[in-house]
Amino acid sequence: MPAITLAGKQFDVDENGFLQDPAQWSDEVALGLAQTEGIEKLTDEHWKVVRYLREYYMKFHVAPSIRMLCKQTGLPLKQIYQLFPSGPAKGACKLAGMPKPTGCV
Amino acid sequence: MTATTATPNHSQSASVPSRPPPRRICLICSKGTLDMAYPGLVLANAARMNGIGAMIFFTFWGLDLITKKKVDRLRVATVGNPSLPIPTWLGAIPGVAAFVTRQMKRGMAKLDIPTIPEFLEMLEAGSCEMYACKMAMDMLKLTPADLVPQVTGVLTAMEFMDKSEGAQIIFI
Repeated sequence: MPAITLAGKQFDVDENGFLQDPAQWSDEVALGLAQTEGIEKLTDEHWKVVRYLREYYMKFHVAPSIRMLCKQTGLPLKQIYQLFPSGPAKGACKLAGMPKPTGCV
Repeated sequence: MTATTATPNHSQSASVPSRPPPRRICLICSKGTLDMAYPGLVLANAARMNGIGAMIFFTFWGLDLITKKKVDRLRVATVGNPSLPIPTWLGAIPGVAAFVTRQMKRGMAKLDIPTIPEFLEMLEAGSCEMYACKMAMDMLKLTPADLVPQVTGVLTAMEFMDKSEGAQIIFI
């Protein structure tokens, strides 16, 4: 199983670099994962998306639909793509420490 | 004898890990029925959401998906569609296609699946390139003004070859 070192600690990740254990997530881990996605600095908007995804995942154990994400964070989809250049499913969900979404939309 | 030709240093270039080029997919949408409109748009959107490059080429009846007057009126094919659980003669009766289409749209709304116009907006927000086929447009007597604003441009078959270079092509 591949592993990465974030904030001085080792974490097991899947082949796409997603945390294997969502419970290991913390703000520091999110900052470390942002580096792997080429995101230099996490703005308030980044955190808004990450925290919403995190909250939703912990509650329902599944990723919200993209429309739900836009509606609940109040951010237009275009901006979400600007915040997470590798896309909301890959970039944003990785930072939120959840598995890669499996849904269609 | 002194060497005059430089020999490429293969061992060195082989030791540098070469990064594969970023993945890209190209979808060709050639059908204009509601049921055949979704596959291409869903896949293009899934690609962009995963950071994979995506482009769509709309040709022949696929142009209906990006034609202002048609995009909101796509219908399920009720004639010549053996997968539909109704006999073909019934599908030909006026009003049946509209009814089946309404049922399908209702089912999709229940599952929170975006409508076709919404999908086009989502794809534009995700910078998916969307091109209309020049030849099919000429044939159907369409001008760029007839197309929805999300369309990136119009391409000939030759130009398509350049734009789709390196992409995995899927024909729908």
